[in-house]
Amino acid sequence: MEQYSSKVMEHFASPHNVGEIADADGVGTVGNPVCGDVMRLYIKVEKDIITDAKFKTFGCGAAIATSSMVTDLVKGKTVGEALKISNQAVAEALGGLPKVKMHCSVLAEEALKSALDDYYKKRGKPSPVKLPESVGHEHEME
Amino acid sequence: MLIVRKVYLDHAATTPTHPKVVEAMLPYFTERFGNPSNLHDAGREAKNAVEEARAKTAALINAKPEDIYFTSSGTESNNFALKGIAQAYSQKGTHIIVSQIEHFSVLHTAKSLEKAGFTVTYVPTDPQGLVDPSDVAKAITKDTILVSIMHANNEIGTIEPIAEIAKITKNRGVLFHTDAVASTGWVPVDVNALGVDSLSLSGHQFYGPKGAAALYVRKGVRIRPQIEGGVQEDGRRGGTENVPAIVGLGVAAEIAAAELPRRMGHVAGLRDRLQKGLTERIEHMVVNGHPTLRLPHNLNVSMWYVEGESMLLFLNMDGVSVSSGSACTSRSLKSSHVLTCIGTDAAVANGTLLMTLGMGNTEGDIDFVLEKLPAIVQRLREMSPLYEDMVKKT
Repeated sequence: MEQYSSKVMEHFASPHNVGEIADADGVGTVGNPVCGDVMRLYIKVEKDIITDAKFKTFGCGAAIATSSMVTDLVKGKTVGEALKISNQAVAEALGGLPKVKMHCSVLAEEALKSALDDYYKKRGKPSPVKLPESVGHEHEME
Repeated sequence: MLIVRKVYLDHAATTPTHPKVVEAMLPYFTERFGNPSNLHDAGREAKNAVEEARAKTAALINAKPEDIYFTSSGTESNNFALKGIAQAYSQKGTHIIVSQIEHFSVLHTAKSLEKAGFTVTYVPTDPQGLVDPSDVAKAITKDTILVSIMHANNEIGTIEPIAEIAKITKNRGVLFHTDAVASTGWVPVDVNALGVDSLSLSGHQFYGPKGAAALYVRKGVRIRPQIEGGVQEDGRRGGTENVPAIVGLGVAAEIAAAELPRRMGHVAGLRDRLQKGLTERIEHMVVNGHPTLRLPHNLNVSMWYVEGESMLLFLNMDGVSVSSGSACTSRSLKSSHVLTCIGTDAAVANGTLLMTLGMGNTEGDIDFVLEKLPAIVQRLREMSPLYEDMVKKT
């Protein structure tokens, strides 16, 4: 496997925003322990601005680093801006990911989308979030 | 000055080359550089060195020197045995039996033989990784030509009932290959006591150099060369011999034979200390493999609610080298086929660590791991949503 970038190792060794938000406005859990990663992302929203984000992740180095990065990226953004955060943006912010670990950035994007979807639903608003049919990551089959 | 402890617990991946092995190899790069195929003095000197190594390698497994063929790796030896024997006996039959927990050098070769027209039966194991000899007996048909069951598994360390299976294959007139790459140099390996027709071993698994391995083929067993060219290795494996590495393999075999009981005692003592210590300190941990029929230097554990690669990376930051069996490290996102076969829950299989000990490890090393690993597991569990769910449920 390719080595992790120094930015990935930095976020893995000392991840930002680990934890729970007790009165979160949106929570999303994606992934599957069988595939090796589960991410749970919490967001706090005030006047359409994401004021706080926290995560809990079961997964490899890249899964933890992408969780850390996506929660960093989302803080201070409007809900609309957060919806546009892509997995590539997360991977790029980490100085790239090994090819076999790109699915972790996909999972981070899905965790965020899932939390945003939950936010809309909790507020009784129609959710513009398009979640994949089975939220989880795509398998690279042999 | 800060002394940074380095603890290497990945001897199943590779071992350091023994200093005596390196010393014996060095002249064969320089003043004794000859090609064993040449009749002149330089060639003869190299030829003698190769034959001496053959005798030492044979002695380690109680074989005759003329039944040892040097190869480049355990993988090559397994490819050679399976393809070479299957091709040589394809007029007699086209059915092969292997276990589901074989190394990929056997499993992928078996798949490739299936594409070439052979049929393969993959026998399962019990939850401790043991193949049931009666499953092999039941799988044998009149079309069966070869059975290949590993001596010991490289991941969970389970030692298979090879001698029992050999009685069955002998009775039924079927050839029997065993992959002893994981076991040679760590437990007694005797081709006659095991009763096998061919056996693979690899030097770098037991303090020899990388690039030198062997295939034992009992006299009278036909095998098609897989590397064709010159008449090296009795015409069964072409290519100029890797003389320095072969010399190194011979010396490593000699050292293994001499110190085997001490080696087994040393690593088993440390392994038991590690297993006991981890069991006492870490909740929700499973020890994989067989409690007694296991390689003495092997410890394979799975932790619930944490993922293997994360543990591996944190241990590495503390200077400890181990292997993980996590899906996330593999291209296919599938966990180990060995753990799948023994029925390990796929969720906990991703929290697997393989720790394999060696002669260089000390009690201090083990105590260092016992101090670091439980804290790493706890830290990762505290950031694991699966652990959070478990705690909230109970």
